[in-house]
Amino acid sequence: MESLSPSLTRKRLKDYLKLNEFRLQWSMFAVLVAVLAVFIIGSPRVFLGSSIYYSFMSTIPFMTIMALALTPVIICAEIDLSFPSIMGFAAWVFVSLSALTGNPTLALVISLITGLLAGLLNGILVVKVGVPSLIVTIGTMFLWRGLIMVCSAGVGKTLVPVKGTILFKSLVGRIGGVVPAQALWAVALAFLFWLILNRRKLGSHIYFTGDNIESARMMGIPVNKVKMLVFAQLGFFAAFAGILASLEVLYYWPTLGEGYLLRTIASVFLGGTSVFGGMGTIFGTFVGCVIIGSLEAGVISIGLTGFWTQLIYGLVIVISVGIHSILRKRA
Amino acid sequence: MGTENDKLVRMVNIQKFFGEVAALRGENFEVGYNEVVGLIGDNGAGKSTLIKILTGVYTPDKGEIYFKGEEITYHSVERARELGIETVYQERALGEQQALWRNIFMGREMTTGLGFLQVKKAKKETEKILKEVIGFTAAGLTPDSIVGRLSGGEKQGVAIARALHFKAELIILDEPTMALSLSETKKVLNFVKEVKEQGRSCVFITHNIYHVYPAADRFVVLDRGRTVGEFEKKDVSLEELVDKLYLVARTGEIS
Repeated sequence: MESLSPSLTRKRLKDYLKLNEFRLQWSMFAVLVAVLAVFIIGSPRVFLGSSIYYSFMSTIPFMTIMALALTPVIICAEIDLSFPSIMGFAAWVFVSLSALTGNPTLALVISLITGLLAGLLNGILVVKVGVPSLIVTIGTMFLWRGLIMVCSAGVGKTLVPVKGTILFKSLVGRIGGVVPAQALWAVALAFLFWLILNRRKLGSHIYFTGDNIESARMMGIPVNKVKMLVFAQLGFFAAFAGILASLEVLYYWPTLGEGYLLRTIASVFLGGTSVFGGMGTIFGTFVGCVIIGSLEAGVISIGLTGFWTQLIYGLVIVISVGIHSILRKRA
Repeated sequence: MGTENDKLVRMVNIQKFFGEVAALRGENFEVGYNEVVGLIGDNGAGKSTLIKILTGVYTPDKGEIYFKGEEITYHSVERARELGIETVYQERALGEQQALWRNIFMGREMTTGLGFLQVKKAKKETEKILKEVIGFTAAGLTPDSIVGRLSGGEKQGVAIARALHFKAELIILDEPTMALSLSETKKVLNFVKEVKEQGRSCVFITHNIYHVYPAADRFVVLDRGRTVGEFEKKDVSLEELVDKLYLVARTGEIS
């Protein structure tokens, strides 16, 4: 802004440096750099080569896409535990319809709509019926997982016929023979979410709904609609992540989604999103996902056994959220 | 009482019951153009009920409301805001963890044709509001400051400035000084003066006469659901007003 006096610009810069948002983002970035540094020192052969990073790019995006979509839910001061089950159920819809109709594109559309509706159901139960989201989504978590078990009878399905279709290539193909397409999807969606939270009305409304729902309502923000929308979009993107994850391995497991819940939630909190709502960034969530997603491979390649991974997860999470709390108190 | 058009707001014979309890029993209340009215009364006197009827939160059981001489037949919170009646609630006005510029435009975000926020414009406007209405720039506040870092009085100031910016004709302050220190209270009173200088009207609700006396033009004393006294400031000194309030508290009558 050219019309500002220099002293005011300086003041603004100082103000910006004091922002919680800013501090949290960079502290998490520092944690990521530290973690990577440890891996590089511990296992230079693996972590100075490129193949481990391509491997990360193929595995981390599924969790990242759901973590991105979970971020606005938590900013709204709500929680969702059912998205891994929605992921599994929507992917089952995709796989079944795709086998039934031979049209994976149609199956994709219907699967995404299924996810959207499942998410919307959470939203309706929270907003219209008034059940706390923690409790509602414990219920729907079992509901959708149970439905998968009943529908699939616990049996997996192959997706090999879909291999080679344009759909397959554009969702999980290898761009230029090396870069997994899902990584580009994750980056593109991160940009989309950033845009919505920072540059759209909806973003403002999401922050205010989580920050102070009473004043948001009084200032004419449609808080109920906002909440239903954030739950619905999480269902949609959980379905998308489920489709990607199934396509990547060309097989559908009825257990798809299990194991994602706590790691995804941890990534969001690691990224500095506040459990009390009103605060959180996409950059933070993205970095959080990369940290969580790279720990397991890193722990093993620096020569520790797989038994160590959970302990290291625990340490990184506890230290990071500790840093957040300290930074927030100071600001 | 004059003709209807003399007043910005006229509430006539307002009655409101909650079950068997009469919160308001035939209350008449007026706010003039460019007038600051101090609405005084103890807890349970009916202040909040009266204001909630005016702002469309409650529907009265009986009575009429006129705004600029025109009767409001259908009233709601949205309708009140369209008319230019804005309420500033003490703890509930702002999002504490958001930047000032977001708070100023909360629920009324400026967007481009494509629906993108006009962030630069919003910050520039906020800057102007800070400088002109609140005189905040000296305090080192910028549009990017997080509201949670502001003092209680400053927060009230932001909420009042926001109402002024959006052309509120009548700003209602609900107990704005309740939890504030002396110097913070003084700040709020300055904001009320700013409302007056800008030609708008204000209803200042309080049970503390000392807080409202310097800022108000007229005082309305409410007790148990009805007006027991109305005074122009020019006719009554602070001491006289305090004596009268003691009398009301003891006897329920003003004289």
